[in-house]
Amino acid sequence: MCLAIPGRVVEFVADRPQLAVVEVAGVRRQVNVDLLREDGLDPGEWVLIHVGFAMSKISATSAEEQMRMLAMLGEDEEAMREIEGYDFGQES
Amino acid sequence: MRYVDEFRDPKLIRQAAREIRRLAHPGRHYRIMEVCGGHTHAIYRFGLEGLLPANLELIHGPGCPVCVLPMGRTDDGLAIAELPEVIFTAFGDVMRVPGTKGSPLEHKARGAEIRMVYSPLDALKLAQGNPDRHVVFFAIGFETTAPSTALTLLKARELGVRNFSVFCNHVTIIPAIRAILESPGMRLDAFVGPGHVSTVIGCRPYEFITEDFGKPIVVSGFEPLDILQSLVMILRQLAAGRAEVENQYARVVPWEGNLPALRALDEVFELRPYFEWRGLGFISQSALKLRDAFAEWDAERRFTVPGIRVTDPKAAQCGEVLKGVLKPPQCKLFGRECTPERPVGALMVSSEGACAAYHHYVHRVAAAASPEP
Repeated sequence: MCLAIPGRVVEFVADRPQLAVVEVAGVRRQVNVDLLREDGLDPGEWVLIHVGFAMSKISATSAEEQMRMLAMLGEDEEAMREIEGYDFGQES
Repeated sequence: MRYVDEFRDPKLIRQAAREIRRLAHPGRHYRIMEVCGGHTHAIYRFGLEGLLPANLELIHGPGCPVCVLPMGRTDDGLAIAELPEVIFTAFGDVMRVPGTKGSPLEHKARGAEIRMVYSPLDALKLAQGNPDRHVVFFAIGFETTAPSTALTLLKARELGVRNFSVFCNHVTIIPAIRAILESPGMRLDAFVGPGHVSTVIGCRPYEFITEDFGKPIVVSGFEPLDILQSLVMILRQLAAGRAEVENQYARVVPWEGNLPALRALDEVFELRPYFEWRGLGFISQSALKLRDAFAEWDAERRFTVPGIRVTDPKAAQCGEVLKGVLKPPQCKLFGRECTPERPVGALMVSSEGACAAYHHYVHRVAAAASPEP
């Protein structure tokens, strides 16, 4: 729950402006980007994700550092399980 | 200097450690609290205490949401989970938290319909897919996760999803810091401020710490170098007799916080008059509840919640550890009755709890190093 997972914005979801496809270590999932829309968010930018919501924009370097940090804390696998576990953007 | 060479910048780490030793006045004892459980985890994992001088003590603060949740609230949530119409959802961290009659995971094994989710939006989707059931989301966390619950509730209202509600246990960090500062016998010199909470609330809410209490606080990132640099910044303030809010984590934390997140929090939640924190007792205006406009989505109003207060097992000394009076291994149960495999107190449940972090990185390593008697 307290994991901050870095992801790269790939594209926005048609007709659902609150959602964007992000990529984390090769895995693509939709996350909610409502909290970052005001300041503008573009494909290619990096974000920190908490429980399915992009909470802050970060640099590519910070994203890389954060991923390395998660690995050093032994939380990288849990982070990937979390990203893969986001179900709300999946077709049901 | 274990771990130092695997750090990204071993040279900078050594420099920062040297600077800390230079700044720490040998005639003084420093007590610095890291508020956030993420920092506690990183400090133990990276063995940072080993880089610090003996007269600089890190006190592990209340910033681990499952650790400060009183057992009675887990019991209340599980009472709702046992209702036949309910599908109860919670984050993975909550699933192992002990209630009086076992954890959510154990209740699930006994037949309650409890599912782990990674996002509150997944709980909402579950409600949409199960119109004949009622889905309850066990919301927990500080200001980092509270906006996600708020946005989920706004979404539920927008979509008119009425078989969904939230059992709200969100807490706010500022009143807890104030309670610690006002507690008798408080001997802290400064704070390492939380990183991700501050991305939401910004740095301004910490100003009372400097203005009313004259203590420095430095909002910090989570890497070893971040934490050491924050300690350098704190020691520089103390040496110069300054007490300011500084932001070491400016690459992620904006000074004003995240305004859309703060607006969403304000629209959905209001402060509870008081809320019980495990180890700290009742703290006024320290937790969030749903506003009347969201009464329909408030599990505490939809269902009868027993609201029983449960005192912690007498022998467990979670409160003393939370307040920094005891170190984890000084608790009578530590490593014997209370282990990460069979936690008695919540500090042993989460990897961000001081006891679990200590057990994992210090206790086990020490036990493996010493020969069997």
